[in-house]
Amino acid sequence: MIRLEDVSRSYAIGGGSIAALASVTEHVRTGEYVAIMGPSGSGKSTLLNVIGCLDRPTTGRYWLDGREVGGLSEDELTLVRRHTIGFIFQFFHLVPRLSALENVELPMVFADVARGERRSRAADALAAVGLADRVTHRPDQLSGGERQRVAIARATIMRPQLLLADEPTGNLDSVSGAQVLEMLDRLHAGGLTLLVVTHDPQVARRAQRTLVMADGHVVRRLTSEQMRGAAPSWGTAASS
Amino acid sequence: MTARDALGFAGRALRGHRLRSGLSLLGVAIGVAAVVLLTALGEGALRYVTKQFSEIGAEVLIVVPGKTETTGMMPGVAGVPNDLTLADAEAVARRIQGVRRIAPIAMGTETVAYGERRRQVAIVGSTREFFALRRLEVSRGSLLPAADMNRGAALALIGSTVARELFPAQDPLGRVIRVAGLRARVIGVLEPRGTHMGMDLNEVVVLPVATAMRLFNRRSLFRLMVELERYEDLAPKKVEIIALLTERHDEEDVTVLTQDSILESLSSIVRVLTLALAAIAAVSLGVAGTGIMNVMLVSVAERTSEVGLMRAVGVARRQVLAIFLVEAALLSAVGGVLGLVLGWLGTRVLVALYPAMPASPPLWAVVASLVLATTVGVVFGLWPARQASRLDPVRALAPRS
Repeated sequence: MIRLEDVSRSYAIGGGSIAALASVTEHVRTGEYVAIMGPSGSGKSTLLNVIGCLDRPTTGRYWLDGREVGGLSEDELTLVRRHTIGFIFQFFHLVPRLSALENVELPMVFADVARGERRSRAADALAAVGLADRVTHRPDQLSGGERQRVAIARATIMRPQLLLADEPTGNLDSVSGAQVLEMLDRLHAGGLTLLVVTHDPQVARRAQRTLVMADGHVVRRLTSEQMRGAAPSWGTAASS
Repeated sequence: MTARDALGFAGRALRGHRLRSGLSLLGVAIGVAAVVLLTALGEGALRYVTKQFSEIGAEVLIVVPGKTETTGMMPGVAGVPNDLTLADAEAVARRIQGVRRIAPIAMGTETVAYGERRRQVAIVGSTREFFALRRLEVSRGSLLPAADMNRGAALALIGSTVARELFPAQDPLGRVIRVAGLRARVIGVLEPRGTHMGMDLNEVVVLPVATAMRLFNRRSLFRLMVELERYEDLAPKKVEIIALLTERHDEEDVTVLTQDSILESLSSIVRVLTLALAAIAAVSLGVAGTGIMNVMLVSVAERTSEVGLMRAVGVARRQVLAIFLVEAALLSAVGGVLGLVLGWLGTRVLVALYPAMPASPPLWAVVASLVLATTVGVVFGLWPARQASRLDPVRALAPRS
């Protein structure tokens, strides 16, 4: 599904540049559930942005579903994001003036899906995340957990093959977090490739594999068994 | 994205900030209302002038002492032309064929008195023909007698206001009024008419032309109005009259105006003024445009993460551009429609206050102001929309401190 070959991403700051990603070579199989851990500034989110086609590598090559995306135009990348990738964010990023239903509809509006079909699919998606009775509520009328469930419904509404989640439970209480993780498990069980950036080893332990990053490099690759045996913090895992 | 989706999305965004959107919209509305109201005023002035002239008749030539080319100014305003005399008027009546009626006019201002009551009014000296030429009727009494224009009888017709003020409880007919040092018998009262061609016909006293010239101690007429039998004769008769008077004066020292030429000059002036006023009003639309730009820039800044989200879920740059452009266009278009309503209401108020002024906005101004308002919205919304469409999704989605 994902193949990164010697991918680097650096940013110009002042007169010099900072390498957020340094020579990352990685392969994620279709249907795999991968967690990415590491301290702040280690390059986790940059890696997720590059994989999500929100950012381009400075050097190196990236294949998504067998297609090299490095040479794609801006419009082609937009289509890749629209049809292949779903995003879940720590801060939900729901449009405050739109209802839950309209937030879920949003990607379909710009993909020219017919109005009736949009409504029906969005309602089904909200029902699937247990929010059938919240369709008309605006984000400020929903709890944090409900907001993230709306975001999950939105991320999956275009039936993507790849779901990218950046700290999906980072802003939730433990009960809501557990609900969100169960939903991610179900989506993975349904065949979705899942990449989750997290600081929480409890989250990473649900993944089949964990990449531990530091200073833009993938410094360790842990299986779920190794993660279960690791100390409950990314720092310990990284240094072990 | 369908037009319905785009409009719905834009409408929701604008309703999210009612005060901000409302103020920006008001700026456009004021600009459009100003264009509509001012052009309505200009159009009203044009119709008013046209109506005034139409009451005289199109086949009228007006002979004025003095020559435009000689003085470089309107005849009578500068220079010292030869007199335009009653003898000239008689010569025109006698020698020019196809003249239906001719009215020599002398003008001045004098105090008119009856007993202890007195009033400063405009004095018009003319002949019986004058009344037909100016479509004037009497409400009581009779017109000036059809007599030799050189005969200065001591007769007067008075306007309705003059009659009311000098004779509040009496019938003025047969009474003798004093016009400066002259005593004249009132033989008629004019029908109420109001202001016409710059003169309040309710506040005039009409005397035989020779009497008026004696009163003013003048030899020259103010005007000579010549009504022809046929409209088609205007041009050739104008030439004939100039030739005749040039022969009599040994030089070309009169100007002959047609109603069309006067109307054309006045219309041009009014049109230029109207356009100038509309242009000034349109400037206010430009100012309103900067208001829209400001609102849209604030909106883009506030919705940075929303734009980032859109880009992440597969919304193309051109679609982001369209979202913000539609918002700006909607803001200005709604402002434009509101402006039309305000302009229309303003015009109604104007007509109610000044019924003589048939003010109504021309269609071109209505269409142009609406198109201009929407264009202003799109043009001034373009930069903020481009800013939004060019946002880097990674930065846009980053938590902001």
